[in-house]
Amino acid sequence: MTLLRQSGAQDVAADRARHVPGEEGIWVFVLGDMTVFALFFATFMYSRGKNPAVFARAHAELRVALGAVNTVLLLSSSLLVVLAVQRVLGGRRAGAWRLIAGALCCGVGFVAVKAVEWTQLFAARKGVGSGEFFSYYFMFTGIHLLHVLIGLAVLSRLIVVIRQTEFTDKQARLCETGGVFWHMVDLLWVVLFALFYLVR
Amino acid sequence: MTATRRVTLVWVLLLVLTFGSFLVGVEQGAGFASVGAVIIVGIAMFKVRLIGIHFMDLRVAPRALRALFEGYVLAVFVVLVALDIFVRP
Repeated sequence: MTLLRQSGAQDVAADRARHVPGEEGIWVFVLGDMTVFALFFATFMYSRGKNPAVFARAHAELRVALGAVNTVLLLSSSLLVVLAVQRVLGGRRAGAWRLIAGALCCGVGFVAVKAVEWTQLFAARKGVGSGEFFSYYFMFTGIHLLHVLIGLAVLSRLIVVIRQTEFTDKQARLCETGGVFWHMVDLLWVVLFALFYLVR
Repeated sequence: MTATRRVTLVWVLLLVLTFGSFLVGVEQGAGFASVGAVIIVGIAMFKVRLIGIHFMDLRVAPRALRALFEGYVLAVFVVLVALDIFVRP
């Protein structure tokens, strides 16, 4: 009994040592947004199962290389954000803004590649109305692109926050929160890339 | 291992997995479409888990929050694979 009580007390102590990364509210938003996207993913897979031939034909019109480049850009930007947040939380904030600026450049690169891709598709007369596959493609990647644009605004704000002279725990928490949002943008793209570009 | 080294190695692993799933995507034409889809979705969800645990720092988060995230990854994987296997024209 005493042993049980001791191990229970240790668990409680270990849980207290743990902390929620960023503001608690961001996790309500992140998990909610991820759930909405999970419904998008399931809808896509259901429709693909019902119309395999139509989806396979439309899928062949996408350039996998462009999707792969965008995946590498977002994964790299996420790494830069993690490294910056680690510096900020470790009290080594000098230079952290440069890492965020690097992440911002990767994010801008993502938007540029998407612009090239969509321009090519529009030139080939593919749009939201070009069948089920492209309806889902433009809708889901469009909503994701909106997330990227919001993320770019968040990263820009973080650069300003990190560079200002007054910097307390509150600002450090803000950096962590912004990082969590940007990683969510990254992980949603990882699934979108797999479903639209890779699965036939 | 330092935290910087750990996240950098995770990033390398994420790039390797991206390249691996890219190859599976290209090879799907060789007649194993459904197996290919399961592998691709599996790799994607494993990548999502890596991003959550190491980049979002859920490895030090309270157990309930981590469990919610891990549950999400598992549930999405199971649902997508089930839809791939059972939904037919």
